[in-house]
Amino acid sequence: MNLTDLNVLKKEEKKRMVRGMKFGGRIWKFGDDIDTDLIIPARFLNVSEGSELAKRCFADLRPDFARSVSKGDIIVAGRNFGCGSSREHAPLAIKEAGISVIIAASFARIFYRNAFNIGLPLIESFDASKELSDGDEASVDLESGIIERSRDGKIYEAKAIPPFMAELIEAGGLVEYTRSRKLKS
Amino acid sequence: MAMTITEKILAQHANLDRVAPGDLIEVKVDRTLANDITAPIAIKVFKQIGVKEVFDKDKVTLVADHFVPNKDIDSAQQVKLMRDFAREQALTHYYEGGDSGIEHVILPEKGLVLPGHLVIGADSHTCTYGALGAFSTGVGSTDLGVIMATGEIWLKVPPTIRVEINGTRKPYVGGKDLILHLIGLIGVEGALYSSLEFAGETVDGLSMSQRLTMANMAIEAGGKNGIFEPDDATLSFVKERSLLNPVIFKSDNGAHYERVIKIDASRLEPQVAFPHSPANVRELSKVGTVAIDQAFIGSCTNGSLEDLQDAAEILKGRHVAPGVRLIVIPGSPLIYKQAIMKGLVEIFLDAGAVIGPPCCGPCLGGHMGILAAGERAIATTNRNFIGRMGHPQSEVYLSNPFVAAASAILGKIGGPDELKGK
Repeated sequence: MNLTDLNVLKKEEKKRMVRGMKFGGRIWKFGDDIDTDLIIPARFLNVSEGSELAKRCFADLRPDFARSVSKGDIIVAGRNFGCGSSREHAPLAIKEAGISVIIAASFARIFYRNAFNIGLPLIESFDASKELSDGDEASVDLESGIIERSRDGKIYEAKAIPPFMAELIEAGGLVEYTRSRKLKS
Repeated sequence: MAMTITEKILAQHANLDRVAPGDLIEVKVDRTLANDITAPIAIKVFKQIGVKEVFDKDKVTLVADHFVPNKDIDSAQQVKLMRDFAREQALTHYYEGGDSGIEHVILPEKGLVLPGHLVIGADSHTCTYGALGAFSTGVGSTDLGVIMATGEIWLKVPPTIRVEINGTRKPYVGGKDLILHLIGLIGVEGALYSSLEFAGETVDGLSMSQRLTMANMAIEAGGKNGIFEPDDATLSFVKERSLLNPVIFKSDNGAHYERVIKIDASRLEPQVAFPHSPANVRELSKVGTVAIDQAFIGSCTNGSLEDLQDAAEILKGRHVAPGVRLIVIPGSPLIYKQAIMKGLVEIFLDAGAVIGPPCCGPCLGGHMGILAAGERAIATTNRNFIGRMGHPQSEVYLSNPFVAAASAILGKIGGPDELKGK
């Protein structure tokens, strides 16, 4: 399969994601101000392959994470998730570990850009970030911003993804967005 | 419509008459940079996009500074990838080894950033260049790969928080203390998505080194950029380093600020940020007894000649406490040379310091001074997150160079005033 096919596949995958695809999975709960050094300590930044980075994700904070996380799982965190350095290795490690979406009360600026640029969706919900517990199961509908806690069906409404970010994800990430918009003109 | 300096620079680079906070704009970039950690992914992205050449070989800047001199095989591979790309693209500004130094120290030093510029770097401390009256901010590697291909980036115009600092500083209080105090005041997300604009008579009296230190740490409050209006000090700094004409922007009277924060500098002592947050700030007199194993003077925050001079003033004729490791890393080869010529290096060596080659060093726990479990360091760096300088059970305290030097001699965190008679 060549690079173009891969990109087309990725694009389709992301389109489905925005158009109402539900994510469901176990919740991994974190607190406020989770910085990029906690997500992927700098001593592991001498490589840039996502699969290698994923093995070290949260290595110091939560050593069991990389071993136990399953595809589709959800991270729920407090305020200012992803603060600190600009290392894209942080969202990349999380995405490659299998996390489908991050719900937090708020996100740090560079992390926010990076995550959408690589196709890892983030949504903001103060209530969900407070009330969802570690080990809970939940589902997330990206298009509507609806989060549902599985054990009792409680619904949380997240802030909608800003239109431009949705457009980025629809395009299949910033690389594809750039290829389609910029370089053709 | 009145605009802030940040809004004016953004409007000019978007080719618009005016912009307002919240606007999504596409801007042209005057300079873009990446380092040995962030460039490899950016290069991969650049190749995926499918263009052959970078948008401008004079504007794409690559600096090997984080894990150099190459600390292991993986790091060597990363630097090689970056070096090969720089050669293949014939980049004018590729820096490594004796040409290099810390990216945010050497770009201003080499005159590569001017007032009015818009600079985007794949490093969170790219906000440093706001000290020169430029708009500069950090992004990740995918954004950078796209900029290398197109010379453009989308940005959301940030609201501006104006920080007015007035009053005469006490001895041993500098830019580092002003910014640590501000971060302590507003917290690590106090300026999230916002621009921090520094003003006031105290700020006007700061050297360029001190302003660079302050702008550098805007990100530690979550800020998108930190910026100072250019003045005579800025212009003479730039004239010594560049033949190009700077474009001077200043905030209009009546520009809209989301918030105005006033700080009375005359009341401040040197500040120390306790683990594990740059916002966990205490006045030096309220530190208590904190024994240290290591002191580090350097980094993109405090690796300037002025910072080394401040440290040498304290270390001269003294020796570090038994059991304390003092590491000094000049921010660039030029600073290193000046430190030798001015006799600072001799003072450091006599005091028992180890001097490292210009690079990021132990700041991010890469190499050249990693902490073991249970160890404590005082450092002139910018972050003291869990595990930042080594073992997750180690601790980092942030301070200015005077305090870091005095603490190395005392064997515990303390200021120059405690050294009298020693």
